Amino acid sequence: MAAAVNVDGCNKMIEFRSVNKWYGDFHVLKDIDLDIEAGQRVVICGPSGSGKSTLIRCINRLEEHQQGEILVEGEVLGDNPVANALIRRKVGMVFQQFNLFPHLTALDNCTLGPIKALGMSRAEAQERARAQLERVKIPEQADKFPQALSGGQQQRVAIARSLCMEPDVMLFDEPTSALDPEMIAEVLDTMIELADSGMTMICVTHEMGFAKTVADTIMFMDEGRIVEAAAPEKFFNSPDSARTRKFLDQILIH
Amino acid sequence: MISPHTKIKRTVGALDVVILVLALALGAYVYYRVDTVLAYNWSWDFLPGYFIRQDEQSGSWIANILLIGLVTTIRLAFWSMILAAILGAILGVMRTSTRLLPRLFSRVYVELIRNVPPLVFFFIFYFFISSQLMPALGISDFARNMSPENEKWVSILFGQPKLLENVISGIICLAFFEAAYIAEIVRAGIEAVPKQQYEAGLSVGLSRFSLLKSVVMPQALQKVLPPLANQFITLIKDSSIVSLISIQELTFLGQEVAVSTSKFFETWIFVAVLYFVICYALALLFGFLERRGSSSQR
Ligand SMILES: Nc1ncnc2c1ncn2[C@@H]1O[C@H](COP(=O)(O)OP(=O)(O)OP(=O)(O)O)[C@@H](O)[C@H]1O
Ligand SMILES: [Mg+2]
Repeated sequence: MAAAVNVDGCNKMIEFRSVNKWYGDFHVLKDIDLDIEAGQRVVICGPSGSGKSTLIRCINRLEEHQQGEILVEGEVLGDNPVANALIRRKVGMVFQQFNLFPHLTALDNCTLGPIKALGMSRAEAQERARAQLERVKIPEQADKFPQALSGGQQQRVAIARSLCMEPDVMLFDEPTSALDPEMIAEVLDTMIELADSGMTMICVTHEMGFAKTVADTIMFMDEGRIVEAAAPEKFFNSPDSARTRKFLDQILIH
Repeated sequence: MISPHTKIKRTVGALDVVILVLALALGAYVYYRVDTVLAYNWSWDFLPGYFIRQDEQSGSWIANILLIGLVTTIRLAFWSMILAAILGAILGVMRTSTRLLPRLFSRVYVELIRNVPPLVFFFIFYFFISSQLMPALGISDFARNMSPENEKWVSILFGQPKLLENVISGIICLAFFEAAYIAEIVRAGIEAVPKQQYEAGLSVGLSRFSLLKSVVMPQALQKVLPPLANQFITLIKDSSIVSLISIQELTFLGQEVAVSTSKFFETWIFVAVLYFVICYALALLFGFLERRGSSSQR
């Protein structure tokens, strides 16, 4: 079943039109149709291997799809590296393993994109970076290298690094699953504040508490398809699909 | 196996004493053979004069051929390191290209050079450089009609203007040879940078070039500093081979001194000490860079 979200409205941020993707023979994304508007906050969940990471990585073209069309702010994704770099400047991405640049301080991690990709002056970029580090509540860690920071702090630097590009949409791929339990809250708080500021967000996570607070749409993926897409209320209380119900039963027990 | 956590012993054990005694005994024996059996007449006092001498007219100190050779070797090594590093970096990046042609070109270059002895490569390549490349680059003409201003700069950077062609041929030969090895080191370094670093760089909108320059290369360099240091030291040592294509560096001039004075042992031991000093100094420099690099990331 293909799910279309919020079909009305014209302020489309991201569109998938019957997107299919294969890894060799393995059909990883099957007929994905998707509309995400500016300001929407989408949470994607589903079992391991269902294609969640692949789906969001297609949005900033870290993965290529073979069939269908993906549009980001009306631009069709293609093979032109220059066009892709332009699109990636508008799409922030936060990874499960943080992926900070280990040879740069927290501050320099944040200024690299603005200086190299946006052509900003160092001073201007640093000012912006300090403001974003303030926003994620670690201004005092600016001059430390990633190895000297805790997991939660590293992930917040990674969020600040993305925000420094002033993106129109933020993608999160299981941002808290590599963290020790006591650090999950600080990262989720940062994300909740980001959502409150009106940022468009697409977030792969199994933090259902977070999903309830923040999401306006929750999607369930299984075997490369979007099986269910609904508002949290409906998603948790009366999902259409039996598979969704089974999945919720499994994860809500824990 | 020495893991970073193995405690390194700093005290001398019984086995160390035995090894030390054996080593000293061997040294004493060699000295005895040379001294009594060969009845070799050691004399070192001629050497300083070949290194630096007093000018008869003006009385000022000027460099003699061993010092000139040492400085030429240092110049030779310095410029070929720079050239080899640039060529090696380009070839190394080409090796990791997604396109076939650059990959193939770099691969062929590296394999051709790695599987030919340096001397044979120098003989072939030197012929090509001195007969074709030097005139083509205009270096021959440039060397012959230089303005005094240029001459001053050339002597500082490359030594005597009349030997400019000679030195530049040596630099190019060495650099093209060592570049093949540096390319392999650079490739290994680039491949050691995790894929996630590329993704993070791309995600902040970096172009391929910025990604390589600001994210991949600095990390690759940090990883390959030890093998790179090794290769640069090898380059200095290989530079002695270019004496055989009559580049007038330390080994070439050392040979002249050895032959004209017949003091083979003394001359070559002195030359060896000079090589040791520059190679060891370089090793210390790289050790320092490595420690600084790794401590800045703590
Ligand atoms: N580069 C690749 N080459 C081949 N197969 C891949 C590749 N990347 C992912 N896959 C496969 O595609 C499927 C979907 O992967 P994906 O990472 O999107 O799943 P996921 O839903 O994010 O799972 P998880 O919860 O474990 O992160 C998996 O079966 C995975 O093995
Ligand atoms: Mg995943």
